[in-house]
Amino acid sequence: MNFFSGKQLLDLCKEHELEIWQVMLNRELEASGRTEKEIFADIEHSLEVMFHSIDQGLATYDRSLGGLLTGQSKKLYEELGEEKFYLPDRTLKVVAYAMAVMECNARMGVIVAAPTAGSSGILPAVLKDAKETMNLDTQKLIEAFLTAGAVGLIVMQNASVSGAQGGCQAEIGTSTAMSAAALVHLKGGNARQCLDAASFAYKNIMGLVCDPIAGLVELPCAKRNGLGVLNAMLCADLALLDVRSVVPFDEVVDAMNNVGNTMPVAMRETALGGLAATPTAKGIEHELFSNTELNKGR
Amino acid sequence: MSNNSLFDVIGPIMVGPSSSHTAGAAKLGRLARQLVHGDIVEVRFTLYDSFARTYRGHGTGKALLGGVMGYDLDSEELKHAETIATFRGLKFSFEEGHKDGIHPNSVDIHLTEDNGKKTSLSGSSIGGGNVVITSINGIETRLQTNLPAIVTHHRDRVGILAEITKFLAEKKLNIAGMNLYRSAVGKDAYMVVEIDQAFDDAISQELRDLIDDIMDVFVIENR
Ligand code: SF4
Repeated sequence: MNFFSGKQLLDLCKEHELEIWQVMLNRELEASGRTEKEIFADIEHSLEVMFHSIDQGLATYDRSLGGLLTGQSKKLYEELGEEKFYLPDRTLKVVAYAMAVMECNARMGVIVAAPTAGSSGILPAVLKDAKETMNLDTQKLIEAFLTAGAVGLIVMQNASVSGAQGGCQAEIGTSTAMSAAALVHLKGGNARQCLDAASFAYKNIMGLVCDPIAGLVELPCAKRNGLGVLNAMLCADLALLDVRSVVPFDEVVDAMNNVGNTMPVAMRETALGGLAATPTAKGIEHELFSNTELNKGR
Repeated sequence: MSNNSLFDVIGPIMVGPSSSHTAGAAKLGRLARQLVHGDIVEVRFTLYDSFARTYRGHGTGKALLGGVMGYDLDSEELKHAETIATFRGLKFSFEEGHKDGIHPNSVDIHLTEDNGKKTSLSGSSIGGGNVVITSINGIETRLQTNLPAIVTHHRDRVGILAEITKFLAEKKLNIAGMNLYRSAVGKDAYMVVEIDQAFDDAISQELRDLIDDIMDVFVIENR
């Protein structure tokens, strides 16, 4: 059982009366020659590392390696309940989770790339929240993980998921699409609705450039993981309402890929364009790199 | 991409912040260490281009050093590599190098063992944590592998490859790929044999003892 497009995946689901996670599991069983038990154990381990990275991020105000992240996720988490924000606490908590993973990442903590390190906050955040608020057992989380994996797999087979090649829309966009599909599954949505949610995720940030300050995976990356959480939840809700994606998933992925391919190199992780090219960002970059032990000729 | 596993999509589990500047760097360090049998007492890194710039911001230096000490790309220890190295008495230094046309994420790793033997490896981190080895002890290579492998350092001569492959066949090891690199006819050569299955390290000793003109054999785990 294998699939290279959203259409093939939906056809397989229909033909065999399976959900996305079951098709993905079958594919993994065949491709790897491993047992279901082994695969589930690895997924559980990945989930543990994901949740641990959230805890680690929330644990301190320690600065990141580049010094641009200074414990914003912990601050947000601790100030919940003070009724000073627009968004509801529960939503902001998930944002804090996602930003926490990015802080953990930027402090050289252990994370699970999902699909990349720079976009590793969104999936753990929405899964942790779903687990807490819906009281999910491990089996359900494993199903969500497989659903997200199926979406990511299709994209990786048809487009690039790295900021350096496709811009932030490819990186944050893909993690958001994966997360949105997982969320739809967790609320009982069907396979088509999962892919609709994934389509919405890209549509909402189509064209977003990759422009990290000083080339570091810190800013704007942490906030974009926060935005990814909101985007994923919104897209999941719309799909659960049975709003349909007029443009099918595969075409949306192609569109995203085409936009990525035509994006100037300056907007693809080179720190030469977008935010990274602002005088302030250039100043930060200069300060950071003129201070390395390397240039001091150590 | 058709053989991608679920864990290539959601994974690897790694120390942040960057798959190419941190995870790939740790991998290159580990690969270099696996070309050495004895204790490493000194390591010198020459970092190029983007690697030199992200040395601190992406922890590239720590990751390289941690890799050389044998830590994996998901070890918390990478973050403290400099402290651990100092504690262990491992001397290390980083410098910036310049070379035209080199991949932006490149490094030369020079290792010295306690008996004075020197080993060097050059490589690049080409994205998503994948790396390519571009030279071993000055001999140019183009090696990109995720499988376990046996590396032989031998003198180039007629029939030696046949002897090596025969030995592996007798051990029931399936060869997934083979690459041969040499400095000149009849001179130093390296062969990298990728193996499908995991295997016992002891066969490297056996291989060295059994076949003439093999100077050394190394095992690359490649997890
Ligand atoms: S700006 Fe670039 S590095 Fe940062 S999250 Fe987006 S794609 Fe990743």
